[in-house]
Amino acid sequence: MLELRNVTKIYQAGTINETCLFQDFNLAVPDGQFVSVVGSNGSGKTSMLNIICGSIEIERGQVLVGGKDITRMSEFRRHRTVGRVYQNPALGTCPSMTLLENMSLADTKGRPFNLRRGTDRRRIAFYREQLSRLNLGLEDKLHVKVGSLSGGQRQAAALLMSTMTPIDFLILDEHTAALDPKTAERIMELTDQIVREKKLTTIMVTHNLRYAVEYGDRVLMMHQGKTVFDRAGEEKRGVTTETLLGLFNEISIECGN
Amino acid sequence: MGIVLSTVEQGLIYAILALGVYITYKILDFPDLSVDSTFPLGAAVTATMITNGMHPLLTLPASMLAGALAGAVTGIIHVKCRVRDLLSGIIVMTGLYSLNLRVAQDKANLPIFGTDTLFKNGLTAALPDAVADYAPVLILLALVVLCKLCMDWFLRTRAGYLLRAVGDNPTVVTALAKDGGMVKIQGLAIANALVALSGCVMCQYQRFFEISMGTGAIVIGLASVIIGTNLFKNLSFLRATSAVVIGSILYKACVAIALSSGLLPKPQDMKFVTAVLFLLILALGEVRRKKVKAHA
Ligand SMILES: Nc1ncnc2c1ncn2[C@@H]1O[C@H](COP(=O)(O)OP(=O)(O)O)[C@@H](O)[C@H]1O
Ligand SMILES: [Mg+2]
Repeated sequence: MLELRNVTKIYQAGTINETCLFQDFNLAVPDGQFVSVVGSNGSGKTSMLNIICGSIEIERGQVLVGGKDITRMSEFRRHRTVGRVYQNPALGTCPSMTLLENMSLADTKGRPFNLRRGTDRRRIAFYREQLSRLNLGLEDKLHVKVGSLSGGQRQAAALLMSTMTPIDFLILDEHTAALDPKTAERIMELTDQIVREKKLTTIMVTHNLRYAVEYGDRVLMMHQGKTVFDRAGEEKRGVTTETLLGLFNEISIECGN
Repeated sequence: MGIVLSTVEQGLIYAILALGVYITYKILDFPDLSVDSTFPLGAAVTATMITNGMHPLLTLPASMLAGALAGAVTGIIHVKCRVRDLLSGIIVMTGLYSLNLRVAQDKANLPIFGTDTLFKNGLTAALPDAVADYAPVLILLALVVLCKLCMDWFLRTRAGYLLRAVGDNPTVVTALAKDGGMVKIQGLAIANALVALSGCVMCQYQRFFEISMGTGAIVIGLASVIIGTNLFKNLSFLRATSAVVIGSILYKACVAIALSSGLLPKPQDMKFVTAVLFLLILALGEVRRKKVKAHA
């Protein structure tokens, strides 16, 4: 179980620009659940993921994993059990290293970064096979620097890298937003496959309402730092893109747009 | 002939320093000014050890250790106290000035004449005259090649991958559940170990320690790195480390030509010319970086 309890997040506290994004925010995600999160820009989706991963500090409240309080645990320690793909495709890979070196780095996660050879030659066939699942021809680009790949190719590689070693949680922030429709579709299918194979507890932020409806077993809608819609299991199956779209419109009318 | 030889010799000595600067400037993206003081630190350790009768070979690991400690301090100041990179280097540079004098037995100038060094010992004395002239350059070449090969090897280990990753994209290091700050500290330690080793060798080569011998060391290092990596960036068979070594020799050659050709009205104008050249190189490099960013 992953929990946010009574979380309060204030940006730029003590300045005239002080904004309270979350006030007593609560969220509980049972193990193995795949949650899709939708919501307008600025509703606090990325901030919520940052709070879970420890990338930003909170003013009040707790973050718990399996009942254990990890609020004060550093970001890098939390990543022992967390894989994350960022909204920005540049964040998930090392641009001046080759694809093979990037895959090798990801493969070493959880083991000592010692003086053994950085790339294990015996693993290359496995990397190739993993990359070929993406259908982007990346399996032939192992010796290309990642910086010269397209944003979509990098994002796809980042997804593989973040799920290469055993993890419990997968955090995805609009990870298909930078991709062309066909690649996005392929990456989304692959994400679903990986989540099932590895039984990962997943939180996926997306602007694609169809993905939110089709994938995952719970859907959340956020607005101004609050959960305005939350359906799981059987109830979630009844949710359609029209339902979500209707909600979006309601909210924006309330806001006077 | 003599001037060519000594130019190559000095180029090789500074090549070790340049390899260290390559780690901080190119790999970690950290402009480390503490180099100006870790270079003489290596020399101070060496001069004191040798005047106290210790074996010249022992000074190599000892000065590297001293340099590594100083580099780690720069890293800790930057990472743990959140001081900006340039300032962390300046703090260590300032503090080490006093410390270097202490290490050198409170002397601003500590000669090591009349004792064995790397370049003058029982072995080199036994060489026939024809070869003896080339002994220093051969010893230096062996040392530089060894450093270069060690670095090439290290950069392809798991630890080396992580070091490259932290300069390239720290987010990836965090995602690998590793403390990027620690990796930076280690990188600065390794880099300054090389810089201090370079100072150690320079001390034995010129046979004295001098407190201000590090002034401008960072400029020499950066110039070597920038010349080397830019000049040879299209030659994919040449590793960056080799390019840096050649860059260092080229830089020393340029300086020697500038000084001997009378291009400079006075030798003391050298630093000014260096600064202008340096600015040009950096400014051009910055323009290129912006272009790359715009394409990303
Ligand atoms: N570092 C920051 N400093 C100040 N305000 C921020 C910062 N990060 C996010 N915010 C504010 O918090 C709100 C939510 O942002 P974010 O979590 O990125 O939203 P989303 O991902 O849902 O688009 C926005 O109004 C944004 O302006
Ligand atoms: Mg966002």
